[in-house]
Amino acid sequence: MGSEFVPLSLPPLLIGAFAAVACALPGNFLLLRRQALIGDAISHVALPGIVVAFLITGAISTWPMMIGAAGAAVISVVLIEVIRRLGRIEPGAAMGVVFTAMFAGGVLLLEQTDTSSVHLDVEHALYGNLESLIWLDATGWGSLLDWDALRHLPPELPRIAVTLLGVVLFLWLFWRPLAISTFDEGFARTLGLRTTALGLALVVVAAIAAVAAFDAVGSIIVIAMFICPPAAARMMTNRLGVQVAWSVAFALLSAVLGYVLAGYGPLWIGMYDAVSAAGMIATVSGVILALTAVFGPCRHRAGAPAGV
Amino acid sequence: MLAQALLLQLGYNATLVTIGAALLGAAAGITGTFLFLRKRALVADAVSHATLPGVAMAFLIMVALGGEGRSLIGLLLGSAVSAMVGLWCMNALTRHTRLAEDAAIGAVLSVFFGFGVVLMTVIQSLGVGRQAGLEGFLLGSTAGMLFADAVTIALGGLAVLAVIAVMRRPMLLVSFDPEYAAAQGVNVPRVDMAMMALVMAVTVVGLKIVGLILIVALLIIPAVTARFWSERAGQVVILSGAFGGVAAYLGAAVSATAPNLPTGPIIVLFSAALFLLSLLLAPGRGVLAAILRHRRFQARVHMRQGLLALAQGQEIFEPLTRRLLRRAGLMRADGVATDDGRAQAAKALRDEARWAMLRRDQAQEAASAQYDGLRGIETVLTADQIAALDARIGAPKEAI
Repeated sequence: MGSEFVPLSLPPLLIGAFAAVACALPGNFLLLRRQALIGDAISHVALPGIVVAFLITGAISTWPMMIGAAGAAVISVVLIEVIRRLGRIEPGAAMGVVFTAMFAGGVLLLEQTDTSSVHLDVEHALYGNLESLIWLDATGWGSLLDWDALRHLPPELPRIAVTLLGVVLFLWLFWRPLAISTFDEGFARTLGLRTTALGLALVVVAAIAAVAAFDAVGSIIVIAMFICPPAAARMMTNRLGVQVAWSVAFALLSAVLGYVLAGYGPLWIGMYDAVSAAGMIATVSGVILALTAVFGPCRHRAGAPAGV
Repeated sequence: MLAQALLLQLGYNATLVTIGAALLGAAAGITGTFLFLRKRALVADAVSHATLPGVAMAFLIMVALGGEGRSLIGLLLGSAVSAMVGLWCMNALTRHTRLAEDAAIGAVLSVFFGFGVVLMTVIQSLGVGRQAGLEGFLLGSTAGMLFADAVTIALGGLAVLAVIAVMRRPMLLVSFDPEYAAAQGVNVPRVDMAMMALVMAVTVVGLKIVGLILIVALLIIPAVTARFWSERAGQVVILSGAFGGVAAYLGAAVSATAPNLPTGPIIVLFSAALFLLSLLLAPGRGVLAAILRHRRFQARVHMRQGLLALAQGQEIFEPLTRRLLRRAGLMRADGVATDDGRAQAAKALRDEARWAMLRRDQAQEAASAQYDGLRGIETVLTADQIAALDARIGAPKEAI
């Protein structure tokens, strides 16, 4: 069992779970601040960033591409703000203009350049390739203690783990100011908190998480994990800390269950090929959200548990 | 080649596709305006992503029934059904739970799209997906489009335009001011639903040309662009339709000239270019107009302050003020006022005194509320009133 599970399933499972949690954590605050669609925008604009990085460096290498994607994310956030202010347009529409235009530019660049020699296409950016992140050097559970084998882990795994750590650290350090400024921005300002800088920092952290996750698992998971687990957690409780805990649990559940269903589900119903793990994880998170929307104790707007 | 494409000389199919795209662009632009004015622009994003599972499901069903799964109408029907389900989910989430609309949009968008991707991989494993060109629905592809498909799209665009022509009054009313519309007896939820149905129709018709990821751009960008040019809702609607139609026409024509120019992104980039031009150049709300307005205002303030300083014999150090006064011929290079300058400076000082007197008079509260340090007093008072003020101030003092 271990000899097959560790090399083929453990790394994608871990990467999926880490990516899900790294996106769900900042997603909690974005959801409460009515900025839930930032994740959607970021994951769209990552494409032109990656393509431009590829054009400049001429190779598929991770760091330039991550920098390109992060740069594009920051540019898009600035552009949205500029268009919103200059044109006096509502934020949703400004966002729609920026991310669609940038995504279109990315697709056009991609079609215009010769990427036949490398693995870079739109579908890949959307779906990710979670299933292909395998660890060929592992022979069994013992490999987890074997330094030589560990060095050949898929590089996405340590990267997403570090990102997750960074996100957790950010939330842990700024928990109180973030909570205060999320619920009552005016009060936070009277306390002397720099709410604008804090809001921007949150968006930047979300962008970093999105780009790291995007690199490993594609943009569907990113968008789904920014919104679905926090939204489902919001139906379960009125307390922020509890909500974050629920969202982490839901994100983990979606990642694990989604991966297992995608890999083994088709076999159970008599089909031979696995389906997209990224899509399945998003689907499972949606099912969880649907269940909590129907049965969650705090699903109603007033905030009181049903029946009280 | 390009000129040929723009003049519709590239064969029957390309011509039909270009015309169909233009009709679709116009319909999307107009529909999008209502959505934009209603501040629900991104709802279209959820609707368009929600079409993917429907397309895949329709394909699977058609294959299961022994067909080829390529019928465009069948695929579009499937996409319409799943878009409707997505819309229903979104409404249910916002109405019955505590989630805000943006969260509901994001949830529906990502989950439906994810499920669609799962179904797509199922189709791929069946080994017939490629032939059906389902991938084309993501980003749109007009290459190899069948004649019947092009006709379907053109007719669909035309049908949407016809429905809009019938529904335009109540939709405009609701999107502009829902409370007023409700007071007028318009059934706001029903009109909202009609609006969403139109969005869905545009999305479904546009799937083949623009693709489901970018169709939302056709709904949002022309509307935002048009908003720069007019403050009247009716005009914004028409302008938006025109911008959408032009962008789609140009995009479809240009993309027909070379193999590596995907239709959807080109159309979107043309509308983004129109948007950028409008953002910079539009009168009133454009950036250039705002800068000019600011400069004019700045010049007025500096001129006024400069004249007051001249009148009181103070030396002026501020470079911009000096430049403005000299250019107007009111001050010499050494900082001494010309005759003309002395006359205008005296008038400015006199006006200040008149304003001061006016603002002390409580009976003239309405007039004195207009004081902003720049407005000429003759725009507020009649000549007789000014004469009366002057009488109270007394004769002008000897010029300094």
